[in-house]
Amino acid sequence: MTSGIDRDLKRFQEIVRGKIRRDLKQYVNHGEMLGRKGRETVSIPVPSIDIPHFVHGDKGNGGSAQGDGEIGQPLGPGQEQDSPGTAGDDPGRHVREVEISIAELADILGQELELPHIEPKGQDSLTSKKDRYKTISRHGPNSLRHFKRTYKEALKRQVATGVYNADDPVIIPTREDERFRSWKSEFEPQANAAILYVMDVSGSMTDDQKTIVRAESFWIDAWLQRQYDGIQRRYIVHDAVAHEVDEETFYRVKESGGTRISSAYQKVMEVITRDFPAADWNLYLFQFSDGDNWGDDNSQLLTEHLLPVCNLFCYGQVESPYGSGDYIRELKTLSEKYENMVLSEIPNQEAIYESIKQFLGRGR
Amino acid sequence: MVVPTEHDLPPEIRALQSEMAKIARGYGLDFPDTIFEFVDYDEMSMMAAYGGFPVRYPHWRFGAQYDELSKGYSYGLQKIYEMVINTDPCYAYLLNCNGMTDQKLVIAHVYGHGDFFKHNAWFQGTNVRMLDQMANHAARINRYIDRYGYEPVEQFIDACLSIEDLIDPHSVHIRRRPDLKRIAAKRAQQEQEQEEDEHGLEGTRGRFAAKEYMDPYINPPAILHAENEERRRFDTARAAERRFPEEPQRDVMLFLLEHAPLRDWQHDILAIIRDEAYYFAPQGMTKIMNEGWASYWHSTIMTRHGLTDAEVVDYADHHSGTMAMSGRRLNPYKIGIELYRDIEERWNRGQFGAEWNSCDDEEEKKHWNTNAGLGREKIFEVRKIHNDVTFVDSFLTEEFCRKHKLFSFAYNEQEKTYEIASREFQEIKAHLLNSLTNHGRPFISVVDGNYKNRGELYLRHEYQGIELKPDYAQATLTNLHRLWGRPVHIETVMDDRMRVLGFDGTRHEVVG
Repeated sequence: MTSGIDRDLKRFQEIVRGKIRRDLKQYVNHGEMLGRKGRETVSIPVPSIDIPHFVHGDKGNGGSAQGDGEIGQPLGPGQEQDSPGTAGDDPGRHVREVEISIAELADILGQELELPHIEPKGQDSLTSKKDRYKTISRHGPNSLRHFKRTYKEALKRQVATGVYNADDPVIIPTREDERFRSWKSEFEPQANAAILYVMDVSGSMTDDQKTIVRAESFWIDAWLQRQYDGIQRRYIVHDAVAHEVDEETFYRVKESGGTRISSAYQKVMEVITRDFPAADWNLYLFQFSDGDNWGDDNSQLLTEHLLPVCNLFCYGQVESPYGSGDYIRELKTLSEKYENMVLSEIPNQEAIYESIKQFLGRGR
Repeated sequence: MVVPTEHDLPPEIRALQSEMAKIARGYGLDFPDTIFEFVDYDEMSMMAAYGGFPVRYPHWRFGAQYDELSKGYSYGLQKIYEMVINTDPCYAYLLNCNGMTDQKLVIAHVYGHGDFFKHNAWFQGTNVRMLDQMANHAARINRYIDRYGYEPVEQFIDACLSIEDLIDPHSVHIRRRPDLKRIAAKRAQQEQEQEEDEHGLEGTRGRFAAKEYMDPYINPPAILHAENEERRRFDTARAAERRFPEEPQRDVMLFLLEHAPLRDWQHDILAIIRDEAYYFAPQGMTKIMNEGWASYWHSTIMTRHGLTDAEVVDYADHHSGTMAMSGRRLNPYKIGIELYRDIEERWNRGQFGAEWNSCDDEEEKKHWNTNAGLGREKIFEVRKIHNDVTFVDSFLTEEFCRKHKLFSFAYNEQEKTYEIASREFQEIKAHLLNSLTNHGRPFISVVDGNYKNRGELYLRHEYQGIELKPDYAQATLTNLHRLWGRPVHIETVMDDRMRVLGFDGTRHEVVG
């Protein structure tokens, strides 16, 4: 039987989760999780959950305290403080930080956005070896000794040799009778997945746009991680030429200059051939740009080489004061032919939520 | 279900306990038998979340408390050293990872609380067998959960808790309403009279005693008739005017118990939560006095008896930690212990009475000492009869405010911050008393249980310069509506105008 407080704690956590679920859109859109990556869990500030009472507000309120200070010296903001003056009985009502695992957050996201679970590409060629304790061996450490089996063996032997006496059923196992739990190596088919992020870092992309990209990729990561065991990520930035960079640089780098999207596709292809042979990997390609492209550049590489191998190609176009936004129009003409191509326009932070739904709603 | 942990006390703690008890008794402290439990921090957090009781009814707010306490501890932000509950025998919890010095301090502190619980007038009405009572409450609510489902019961508890502070903590000592027996007797008499009235003139009301042959002259039928008519009109008019309740009633919970359309289990839960609110109320009313008293005694006992040389630094560190003031929070431990010391000092030096009060000479006052030596006696008396409000009202002096750098603060609406408002004694005292009165909560009473003659509930907030927090007020009305079942209203003041906030089950409105 669990103790009372565990039950109450669990109930409280359920209520908190419910609250997170209700406010999820706000968390998604406003990138509250940013900078909290790289851990198993994130802390989410949840507005205090308490029982309402008739209480005094700030207006006209005051009290007495002790210390130095001139008349008129401010003591701190009125909001989100302990109710003043009550001489320190109730614990403070703070904004609560709630620890929640990213996996759980992804589940909530999935439920809220009604995201379908992903069907991995049907390939079993890649396997992983796993050891499972599901067999019995004659040797092993005492800590793994299988008492029942050992007993049975001893009983069988004693019955067979006639030592067994039903009136005095003493069973004495010998070394030969002992049986131990043991492992067996199994090969399991494993679905591997890789996410490739491509971002336009040309002069026309400002920090606002990057914030949007960052928020989107956080949630995309969270969701795909939930779907695949081990997931690899690669980051590519481009202006007129493309570079593969690490995650840190991806969000920080500031370039200027023109835009040649095909350079990024070229790079993506290189990465795929090098690290992720398309036959074995589920590939996800996310591209973010403001839609500005060099005049004579085209999407030929994408249609001929990338779309056929990717589970999903998502293009998110953020609105920038400088970009023309033509590229999405070019892609739209293609989108009917390729069902693994998803296009989304993200004019501002409020649109992140919908855009994630568009991207991941296909279940691929 | 958790039962008291009953870890055996380590022998050295037990030795400490009897040593401390002897010293404390030597000073005249009189406390119930005290059972110390040795708990780890997890158990301590649980006890604290449960208000010191091992078994409470299921509710998420205990979990929230527990979460906060155990996290606060694991992040190193806070630590509960001790917990005592007001029962007989008194139960106290010691944290098993505390050092010996801390344990000594805590044990001495606990005896201070024990003495206070036993002797302070405001605790005299509390149930010293509350441990059983709480377990009993838990069992009853658990039964309702089994029968009616977790969520309906939880929702109902939430609603009850929303008004748990709408009780009348003084009612324990004051008879607000006439005796039920007398009411019954009076009602019987009224009924009789009414019956007679209905039978026309045959009644006895308004008649003078007279011999039968004189009766028509002494009690002329025409006049009697007219008088009776008059009386009847008056009675009906008064009945129509009569309010329900007749006087504004502060115990809103009781009013709901008596008049709200509740099902049996709901009625019982509301009664349980009201019982518990009354049990905890005196602790809220004597926070400064109680903590001050316990601190006074741990410091007296420790500095005179308890400490070895090696322990002095530890003790000083923890004592000063407990006494620290922070921000705009008045530390009840600090203010309490200092007030007791101040009283002791003043009564030792005879700084009281008419002669002292009429003395205007600063210099003379400074060196005033009649060697009265009544200090100890006085503080024992104080701890017996006062609560925080009367304690501060009677014993906070101007000298004390100056010495301890007290100030008052107020909310600045332009800047949206609290700022230091004054260092004037009267201001400080007024603010302090304000924040202690009714535990710093607004005064709210039921004024009408049949508002607009439509069975709606009408509460009144006695505005004393501080407005209600509007979003909380609305949420509370929502919960109140759940209990009353008909529209609910509260009259208050906003932006210097009278307003009535209302909730009719679907919509909030503000009238006025």
